Amino acid sequence: MSIQPQMPRLWRRETKPHKFCPGCGHPLILKALAEAIDELGIADRTIFGCDIGCSLLSWDFFNLDTVQTHHGRTTPVMVGIKRARPELICIAYMGDGGGYAIGSQHLVNSAVRNENIMAVLANNTVYAMTGGQMAPTTMPDQKTETSPYGRNVKEAGNPTQGPEMVAAIASQDAYVARGTISKLGQLKNFFKKGLKNQMEGKGFSFIEALSACPTNWRTNAEETWNFIEKDMTKYYTVGEIKAPVQDKEG
Amino acid sequence: MEQKPIQGEKKVFMTGNETVAWAALAAKADIMYGYPITPQNEIMHYWTRLAPKHNRKFLQTEDEISAGFTTVGGVLSGKRAFTATSGPGNVLMQDSLSMAEMMRIPIVMVVTQRGGPSTATVIYSQQETTLTCFGGNGEGIRVVYSTASHQELFDYTIKAFNTAWKYRFPTFVLGDGYQSQMREPLKIYDPDEKGIEFVPAVAQLGVEGEAGVDRDPIHLRNTYNMEDELYEVVRGLVDDFKAVAPEIEEYREQDVDDCEILVVAHGIVSRAVEGAVQQLRREGIKAGSFRPITLRPFPEKHLRRNAEKARKMLIVESAEGQLRRLAADAIYGCQTPMEGLFRPGESITVEEVVQAVKGLL
Repeated sequence: MSIQPQMPRLWRRETKPHKFCPGCGHPLILKALAEAIDELGIADRTIFGCDIGCSLLSWDFFNLDTVQTHHGRTTPVMVGIKRARPELICIAYMGDGGGYAIGSQHLVNSAVRNENIMAVLANNTVYAMTGGQMAPTTMPDQKTETSPYGRNVKEAGNPTQGPEMVAAIASQDAYVARGTISKLGQLKNFFKKGLKNQMEGKGFSFIEALSACPTNWRTNAEETWNFIEKDMTKYYTVGEIKAPVQDKEG
Repeated sequence: MEQKPIQGEKKVFMTGNETVAWAALAAKADIMYGYPITPQNEIMHYWTRLAPKHNRKFLQTEDEISAGFTTVGGVLSGKRAFTATSGPGNVLMQDSLSMAEMMRIPIVMVVTQRGGPSTATVIYSQQETTLTCFGGNGEGIRVVYSTASHQELFDYTIKAFNTAWKYRFPTFVLGDGYQSQMREPLKIYDPDEKGIEFVPAVAQLGVEGEAGVDRDPIHLRNTYNMEDELYEVVRGLVDDFKAVAPEIEEYREQDVDDCEILVVAHGIVSRAVEGAVQQLRREGIKAGSFRPITLRPFPEKHLRRNAEKARKMLIVESAEGQLRRLAADAIYGCQTPMEGLFRPGESITVEEVVQAVKGLL
């Protein structure tokens, strides 16, 4: 008899195996998110929205009411729902292209308005669904399909530090953190804190998760983990970037 | 109990934008999402003043892309949500409108047309006809009411909410800068007292019960993997739209029974056309007019019936043939010659229409 791994209650078995590539970081992020929702007991009022890009493959992932939107537009759809029905818990799930490039105006302005939703962004340093182009988060000198000689920061600028940017403009009650799929317990706790912030009506929460794309990185398991744990963390600091004062004291 | 925004019926003299705000209130709209653009602004100005008094909401977004998608969110959550825009804003909103078209999200949008292409003027035009009817990467599965007066702005804004929620197609009220900005007498009223029944707004997300426990989760998508899978969905949309089109189609005819010259116009231009037909009739010239009130679905059979009887047709519009394309498509095969009086982004007077008709005799 094989031992089945413990899966969150929200994990919808009817739609598994999931649609992500082997080694993808999305299912790990989603698992941590599902555990956070389970532990908070808010599944009955949580709405999940996913973007375009690989994140869209989560459209039937959960036992949650879900809407898959357009590229970059998940944040405004969730804002629209939350404004109309404040009793719901709204989560916008997107990739780095959706959040930092095509939908960056929504991230910035939702943070400024302190919209009471949680945005979750998977940072895997590439546009993965479209075949591995340079993303806002592509590391300096990293090779992608549209930066075949490596990202030249003089031409393409520095990688976007999203949580730091959001923290700089968000209200003092906002919750902002960067987690990683290599520390799932911590990532789950960040999600819980973000969701609690929303439940308490404190406003915007934003959690970036460092994620993996071995398909487009063309890495084996060891190289994949090295890239996430060593290379990415040199540039992307993992931890809470902004937490409401009372949480820090508590 | 909360006081109704409008008690009974009142005669008023107001701008079109103010009219739309009152109509949305009367139509029990819950929330407006919007972004400033002329000549639409005062819809928001009046809404933001009136809404809090009646427990309605407003969100000013960062751009029209966001205004469109927040409206989509509000509607998905089961609220009567609407937005309003114009010109370049209408272009940006097509992103969300194609999602609404694909997923049967009954959003209501008021378009106050301005001149184009590009930024152009903020005054008046009928150059957003094609965009409003067929914008986005889609098939034009939308309902578009083209209004010609303030009374119609009031009536059709109320109607738009019911059409949207009854048939679950994105629904538009297509006005223009003249209608928005000028004042006109009209009657505003409490729709309940007129016997107008409101189609309830139903949530597509966040419904009763816990997903996966009490019921299956609702998973809404607009992405498909296979050609066949997509084809089936789009075929369903198109068939559903065609099936209800005859119920939705509206038009107005004037002196068509014996008319030799049939003048076709929509929206505010039709007022000049109707004035011209009256004058031509006084002069003994057998002119008549046909006005499609719904541009989508287009009242094809009714235009064809009139076009086939006429000797000549004249299409009059403040655009370079956008209505003409709709009309020509609708009556394909009809042998009646079709001429055009096209004034893109410019108003058209009674005298100009009279002269154009006389030129066809």
